[in-house]
This record gives sequence, structure tokens and C-alpha cells, in this order.
Amino acid sequence: MTLALVEHENGFPDELSLEMLTMARDLAAQEGEDLEAVVIAGEEPVTEELGAHGVETIHRVTHERLDAYAPEAWGESLAQVARETNAGTIVGPGSDRSHEVLAHAGAVLDAPMATNCVDLEVDPGGSYELTRQRWGGSLLEHAHLEGDVKLVTAAEHEYSIEAAAEPADPTTETMTPSLEDAHFRVQVDRVETGTGEGIPLGEARVVVGGGRGVGGPENFDQLEELADLLGGTVGSSRAAVNEGWRPHDDQIGQTGAKISPDIYVACGISGAVQHMVGCKGSERTLAINTDPEAAIIQKADWAVVGDLHEVVPALNEAIRERQ
Amino acid sequence: MHVLACIKRVPNTGASIVLTDDEQHIDASNLGFTMSPHEECAVEEAIQLTEDHGGSSHVLTLGPSEADEQLRTGLAMQADEATLLETDGEEWGPRATAAAIARGIEHQGDGENPFDVLLFGNESADTANYQVGVHVAKRLGLPCVTGIKSLEIEDGTAIAGREVSGGEEIYRVDLPAVITVKEGINEPRYASMRAKMRARNQEIPTLEPAGESGPGTLEKIRLEAPQTDDSEAEILGEGPEAVPDVIEVLESEVEVL
Repeated sequence: MTLALVEHENGFPDELSLEMLTMARDLAAQEGEDLEAVVIAGEEPVTEELGAHGVETIHRVTHERLDAYAPEAWGESLAQVARETNAGTIVGPGSDRSHEVLAHAGAVLDAPMATNCVDLEVDPGGSYELTRQRWGGSLLEHAHLEGDVKLVTAAEHEYSIEAAAEPADPTTETMTPSLEDAHFRVQVDRVETGTGEGIPLGEARVVVGGGRGVGGPENFDQLEELADLLGGTVGSSRAAVNEGWRPHDDQIGQTGAKISPDIYVACGISGAVQHMVGCKGSERTLAINTDPEAAIIQKADWAVVGDLHEVVPALNEAIRERQ
Repeated sequence: MHVLACIKRVPNTGASIVLTDDEQHIDASNLGFTMSPHEECAVEEAIQLTEDHGGSSHVLTLGPSEADEQLRTGLAMQADEATLLETDGEEWGPRATAAAIARGIEHQGDGENPFDVLLFGNESADTANYQVGVHVAKRLGLPCVTGIKSLEIEDGTAIAGREVSGGEEIYRVDLPAVITVKEGINEPRYASMRAKMRARNQEIPTLEPAGESGPGTLEKIRLEAPQTDDSEAEILGEGPEAVPDVIEVLESEVEVL
């Protein structure tokens, strides 16, 4: 049986969980087994939504101490459901929280785990030939996964959200895990809400990025102006953050934000692989760079070869004149 | 306070990734090596914690003999000690790595974990297995909090913050604890030339790692550089003269004007 950890908000699976269900459903079909879901704490899951994505049974985990997120307790709960249901595979979405919970469950079950999978083929013997991301997706690893229990996660935004060809009518089974104080040594004490200023990079439709070529913190003013004129937000490369020109919150890349705008205007950015994995979700890319050989020019749709300190102010002025 | 930072030696990838002929590794001959970005912050955090609270900082890695280069970077940043769990250069999976690191940690304290804070990167830059910190905590019976971008220590308790959509989750965890951090928690310092010279001669004890990975395996078969769209960009022009064409593209193709 294939067991999928579904993260949800107000009973509805979140985006990455829906992507993951596409992978999990295909896996269950290859195995010739049912797809079952685990939903830990929170609101009662909306069964129709999970049924539409092929879930046959929902295991709803409730416990009086699971009101706030507690990673070890979640991992232990997931492991207990897996044991009780005799699950052969545990599948999770590609989120930080899912990776954490599955890592805990894997430690409890002493089972192997393959993170950030993009393709899974089931061997006749029951092991998996899989492809997973390395380096944030700039490299792929072909690997062989075997074990009585296997854990896999779906790489972020690699699977599309697709409803099952035939919706299921899931039954919900509530279970209360056996948890001890030690499982709650780590639990969310409180949540501090952000200041919420500006458009978050991950949601912006236009992103203007600046790299080492910007040359200094004050020169980002031109990029800020361009972003304002286009209704977007400013991001930066790791190089610009390391120089102290921008806060880390602005960083786009493997260890920063992942963006998916309609257009990414990359100014003075060379296009290192760690940066590119953060902006591969961009619909279109316009590069402004003095170096026609820069990697970003290979990867962009359009390019202006030139000094951003001349091009960006001229562009800003031209846009202002139109308004 | 005794603080440990565990790090990993990884290729310093740039504009493109080239594989070795056997497709088992990245060809790093022209790249050199570094430590994963999150772990660079783990080292910085370890040093800052001992600067603020006294005690000592220690960097540890499991890797080939050449990984002493990354340990010396940590020492040059002002970490006090370093330990190398020396492998033959083949990749170790996360469970075997965690088992070996847990033993290496206990070795430092004559059979017991001697550290108050055990820092790891949230995930390594190359394999991103997300497991080593969690598994080390499990083996040592310690609490583990991951993905941390702010950290304060007060009276033997870690107050640790993790970014989530729309805010920050705050955890209070009694020490000793495993804490995995993300880039952004601090700004790693640059080591001075003098510190680098001193670190070059510092002795780094080497241990032979012992780690088993339990039932089941994840075995690498080969690596593949994914196909990328190599079609070159359409050059709209050079310098400010290109502006009218940029406007045209933004207006009619992207429709943001």
C-alpha cells in the first residue's frame, strides 16, 4: 500500500501535496495497490478533494497535544500509521516540513529515503528505479531504491496537479497515535507573522534581479524603480547578498527564493547554476549584461548586451514617458 | 558552551556542471571545492555562539582526506578545533553518515555527546537528503529542530525561528539539541590571511568512520546533466539603443506594459 502524507490548510491539500498526489497515484497504480493518505492534526480533511485525486482511504491523525506543529511527534505518528497499515511506501510533498517529517519517520522505521524525485518506475521485484534532483535540479541522479519500507518525496513543481481519471470515494479512519513527552521536546511555541511589505518574490509576476554587475547597494535604486514601473519586485543573486548589498531575503537561487514570474529581468547576473535553479520557473527571461558570453545570455529569451547602469535608467525613462 | 558544526565538502559549481566520464561524479578539476552554503552559516553560528557565551567551537566532516581544506576554512574563520572522519572518497548515504557522525561525536566526549549545540546545514547543496541532522539527533537521543534562520540561547534553552509562509515559527528547545540552519541566519565572516596561514598548520585529528545504514538501500546508478534549452537569447541590441525593442517585447510579448 502506498501512503501519502498530505499537508493541508482548512481541510484542503496544499499545492505541493496536490503535485505529490499525482506522483503517488501513479506509483500506487504501478504497484497495483490502493493510494491512502495521512492527514495529521488540523481541520477535518475534505474527502471529495482527496477522492478526486485518487485517495481511497484517509487516515486522520488526531491527538490532544498535536494542536501546534511538533516534528518528532508528526514523524512518529506517520511511522505508526505506516506500521498499522503495513505501508510499503511513504510519499511526501517537496516541502521543508514534509522532508522533516519523513526524515523523522525514516529514522523511526530505519528505512531508506529518496528526496526530490522526478520519476519513479517500479521493478518487478518491488524496488524502484528512480530519478531525483541534485543541486536543486541542475543535476539528476538515477538511483535504485529498495527496502521493505521506502520513503520518497516529490520534487517541487515537477509534477502537475491532475485529478484522477476516476475519482474515489474515500473513507476516513481516525487514529490517535501513542505519543510520549519526548516526542514534544520540539513544538512550535508561537508563530510571528511577517511585516508583509511588498510583493513576496515567490509570488511576483515581474522580478527584476541584480547581481555583482550592479556594483553597489545604491545602484539597486534603478532596479527598484524598474520593478515599481512594471508592478514587480526586486531580487538578487547570492553574489550581491554576499557583498552585503541586499538582505538574504532578496536572494534568488538554490539557497534562497524560487521565483516563477511572467518575466525575469536579470541585470548584471552571470547565471551560475545555483542561481538558475531559483529562476527556472520564470516564463520569460530578459538578460542585461555587458558580457555577451555570460551563461545567462544562453539561458535567457532576450538579451541586451550593455551596461545596466546605462540601459536600466534609459528603460525607466522610456516607460515613464509612456505613462 | 560547546558547539559543533558539521559540514560537507562539495564542488564549487559555477556556470555549468560537467560530469566525469563514468558519470559518477561532478568533474571538479576546474572548479575546486567549498562547503555547502547552509553549513558555512552553521560554522559562523558556532563561532558566534562561543564568542557570546564562552566555550569552544568544533567543526567536523565526513569525507576524503582532501576535506581537511573545508575544515581549515572553518578553523580560519576562528573555530577552535576540527575533526575529519576520513573516507576513501566514495559517497556515503545519509544513514551511514549519521551513524558515523554520531559515533564521532561520542568519541569526542569519551562515549557521551559533549556538545550543547550541534549545528548542521538544513540540507546539503549537492544531494539534499534532509536526513543527517535528524538521524544524528535520533541516535544521540537529542531533540532536533530544522530549517532555522534565527537563534538565541537563554539559560540553556534555544529560541529558534523558522521561516514559514507569512511569518516565522518560534521553537523553544532545551539544550543539548541538534539545530539545522539555513543560509541567512548570519553573514559568514571572511577569514583573514593570517588566520588562514595559522589554520594551515593546525593539527586536525582523523578518525576512521564506522557507519551502517540499516535495512534497505538507496544506491546511485549514475548522474545526468539535464538537457537545457541552449537556444541563445534573441539579442535585442547593444546598450540604451536597445530600449525601444525592450519596450516592444514587454508590451506585446510579455504584456506587462
